[in-house]
Parts: sequence; structure tokens; C-alpha cells
Amino acid sequence: MNRVVALRAGPAVAEPMVEVRGLSKVYPGGVEALSDITLNFPKGKLTTLLGPSGCGKTTLLKIVAGLIPASAGEVSVGGRKVTGPGPERAFVFQDFALLPWATVLRNVAFGLELRGTGRWEREATARRHIEEVGLKGFEDAYPHQLSGGMRQRVGLARALAVDAEVLLMDEPFSAVDEQTRRKFQEDLLALVAGKGKTFLFVTHSIEEAVYVSNRIVLLSRRPSRVSEIIEPDIPRDLPPDRIRRHSAYIDTVEEIWQGLKRYLE
Amino acid sequence: MTLFGLRVPMVASLVLWAALWEVVGQAGATILIPPLSHVLVRLVEIVPTESFAEALGLTARAFVLGTGIAVLAGVPLGVLMGRWEPADRLMLPWVNVFVSAPLSALVPVIMALFGFGELTIVLTVVLFAIWIIVLDARAGARAVSPSLSEMAQSYGAGPLQAFAKVYLRAALPEILAGIRLGLVRAVKGVIIGQLLVSVVGFGHMFEIYSSNFLMEHMWALLLVLFALAFAIDGVFARLEKRVEYYAAARQ
Ligand SMILES: Nc1ncnc2c1ncn2[C@@H]1O[C@H](COP(=O)(O)OP(=O)(O)OP(=O)(O)O)[C@@H](O)[C@H]1O
Ligand SMILES: [Mg+2]
Repeated sequence: MNRVVALRAGPAVAEPMVEVRGLSKVYPGGVEALSDITLNFPKGKLTTLLGPSGCGKTTLLKIVAGLIPASAGEVSVGGRKVTGPGPERAFVFQDFALLPWATVLRNVAFGLELRGTGRWEREATARRHIEEVGLKGFEDAYPHQLSGGMRQRVGLARALAVDAEVLLMDEPFSAVDEQTRRKFQEDLLALVAGKGKTFLFVTHSIEEAVYVSNRIVLLSRRPSRVSEIIEPDIPRDLPPDRIRRHSAYIDTVEEIWQGLKRYLE
Repeated sequence: MTLFGLRVPMVASLVLWAALWEVVGQAGATILIPPLSHVLVRLVEIVPTESFAEALGLTARAFVLGTGIAVLAGVPLGVLMGRWEPADRLMLPWVNVFVSAPLSALVPVIMALFGFGELTIVLTVVLFAIWIIVLDARAGARAVSPSLSEMAQSYGAGPLQAFAKVYLRAALPEILAGIRLGLVRAVKGVIIGQLLVSVVGFGHMFEIYSSNFLMEHMWALLLVLFALAFAIDGVFARLEKRVEYYAAARQ
């Protein structure tokens, strides 16, 4: 294979925002989902977890979110050990997880509502983020009146509204159609570039991973370990079509596919 | 209904039975069955009396109080059971026993504990209504999508906030359906409670009529109670339609 750009593996240069040390997870019933995972997620970057289905990506993300406890090892965010959910982390759900009885405005403001932020302030913040994700004019709509792509924008706006430093996204675009998805990916790139937030991203799509990620962590089959870390060396300031035709993009996609193929049988 | 190729309206059967009752009563076969016409005259006589109004007031009060307590206690208990395993383990066997037990048999126990007053009747209503409300609220809370509860948790909701802002609301269609069933059972509770206590309300009136062998009065009162139960059920049926509409619109 003719590789134009070298792929750098190994530790990232940026300071780590999320540190995972010796993490293992055995579910009650004996399913060993994760086995001794050690990983850093650099600050201000988007790191993608990629691996065969059922390898424990969601599990890892939920442990980082503080939603489920680890069996061994620990996670720290910004230097502080994770013992439960915290305001510095926000989750974007695969199935959106919107309140069906609440308007877009209330859904986006929900995190702030839980924190006890006053109504006027939280709604002003929510309106700002609704506009940011391109849903201006839909503040009073209900989730069932929106398309899948729009619903996920609401989910994203809700995560942005609480102004968390770490955004945890579990296959956020898998339930939206292909065109919407591409638009999402472009918006996500802009978000990563503009916000300085740290993103932990899970996807099944190799192309998506290579397109949006600063760093891709390949996980092996369950019980999963880190099998490889890839940092695609793609100039992010190119227009979307140039990125998708860039040789580094194409080569990286191919390399990851070769790496993952052996887990399929 | 069609009979011999003719469409017969449902009221026709009612009229037929009424006529039969009248004939049997007029024939004087037994003093236990007075003619329907006499019963209706008594009915018109009884309804405007003060003791009837008093009994009706007591019944309404016990009904409202009892169902109120059953809802206020049953819904939170059901949601708690649906969301928290230990509470479920502790309570579910009891709820399952009570929801199908012959509760009338327990009324004398309540009577022995709380005397022959209104309190006993209110508690009887609670006893009849609460279990199905608990079970339905539990079912609703269990059906809340896991990602919704994870969402609440990850955005920092404590147990009380999750209860008030997510579970209660998400389980509302089931909760309302449970309350409707509870109300139907409460009607039974309030009547049975009074019949057994029999020193207040309609139960007291029954007691007086039967001990004095006033069969016409007794039948008249029975007719009134049946009509009342029927009317209440009709109101709930309409309410249920709205609940269903709500559930369909929100899912
Ligand atoms: N609550 C649970 N109890 C028991 N086993 C579980 C539980 N959740 C997940 N698992 C198991 O743990 C393993 C990892 O699951 P996880 O959902 O983390 O995988 P994943 O990588 O996100 O998969 P996918 O790519 O299909 O989303 C799977 O084998 C799954 O069956
Ligand atoms: Mg998953």
C-alpha cells in the first residue's frame, strides 16, 4: 500500500482531559466487556472509539459518564476521579433521549433546569444554542414533530447548553439519514475547532471516524483492549469535499478497515 | 340486536324485564318482590328526603377522600416500586395479593380497628382502590425508556428530580389508566363499606328498611345505587377516552 502521509501512533501531545487507567468491566452475569484499558483523551480534540459491535464502546463511554461503575481501574476527568455524573460532562444519546412531552426549548434547557438555573436565564441560554445548531424557529415544537436529524440537533443543543468541557457522544448520527449525517459531520468539525471542548465519540462508520477525528482508538473484540491508536494527518481546514478526496483520508480509511477486518470472523 | 329478522333496540330488553317485574309483583307471589310501579313511587318519595341527601353527601365525601388518598399514596409507591428494585421486592407480593383478594372480608377488620364511622368507610375505599393504582403506576414507571432515565441521571438529576420531572410524567398514561380502574373499584368500596358498617349513609337506610321489612323502599334504594354506579362508570369511560387520546398524542 502506498501511504502518502505517515500515521503517527502512540500518546498524543496535547494534555489529557480524560484519563482512563486499568479499566475493566465485568457485567453481572459474567460478561467481560472491558479488560484493563488504559487510554488518554487529549483536551480540545475529538477522539473516536472504533471497534467491532459489542466490544464495549458504549460501556466505556457510560463509565466515563459516571452512569455505571467500573469493576476495576479508574477514570479521571480534568484530574478529578469520576465517581458519578458531573457537570463537566454531557452525554449525547444515540436515540436522542428527549422528553416527548416537552418542547424543544424545555428539552434544551433541561440540564440547566435540573441545576436550578432560573427560568429566564436558562431559556435565554437554550435559545442561543437552539440557534447555534440551526433550529431557530422550532423552540415551541415537540420532538414528535421533528425529523430524526432535527431531534439529534436538540440533543446536541442540550449538551452544549450545560457548557460541559467533555462531550460524550454514543453513535449520535447512526439514527439519521446519510445526507443529514454528512452535514452533521461537517458541523461537528466546526464545533471541535471552535469550542476547545473535548469530544469522546463512538461510531460504526470508518469513514465518519476518519472524517471527524483527531484521534481514533481501535478496540479489539470483547473483552476489549486497545489494539491501535491512529491519528489521521488530514488538514482540517480544507473544504469537506477536498478532505474526503485527500489521499491521507482515503489511506487511513483503508488502513483501519484492514485492521478491523480480522475481528469480523 | 336482531330477532326474527327485526331490529330490536337495546332498551327493549330493559322494558321487557321491567314488565316482567311488574307482573310478578302484581301477582303478589312473594312480599319480597313488590311491583315495579310501587318501587318507583317510593323512589320519588325517598330521593328528596333529608336522610337520602345526607347519605349521598357522606358517600360522595368518603369516595372523594378515599380515592384521593389512594392516588396520592398509590402513585408514588408504584413509581418507586417500578424504579427501585428493593422496594419492588418488598412490596410486590403484597400488592399482588391484595389486588385480587376478596377485600370485603377485610372490612370487618377495619371496622374492629377504626370503629363504625366515616373513617372506616374511607379506609375501605382506599383498600379497594389503591392496589390497581400501584400496579399500573409501577408498570408505567418500568416502561420508561432506559435512555431517558440515563439522560436525567447524566444531566445531574437526583432521585426526587427524576421522579417529578421524568418518571411521573413518562408514566402518566399508565398512571391515569390505573386511576380509572381504581375509581371503579372505589365505587364498590364505598357501597360495600356502608353496607357492612350499616350505621351511617346508605347502609344505615338499608338497615332500617330491611329490619322493618320495607321491601318497596329497599328496592327503590337499590335502583338508585345501581344508577349511580352506572353513571359514575359512564363518566370514567369518557375520561378514559381522553387518557387514550393523551397517550396516543404523546408517544
Ligand atoms: N447491562 C448489561 N448487562 C450485561 N451485559 C451487558 C450490559 N450492557 C452491555 N452488555 C454486554 O457487554 C458487551 C459490550 O456492550 P456495549 O454495549 O458496551 O458494546 P458496544 O461496543 O457499544 O456495541 P455496539 O457497537 O453494538 O453498540 C456486549 O457483549 C453486551 O452484550
Ligand atoms: Mg454501543
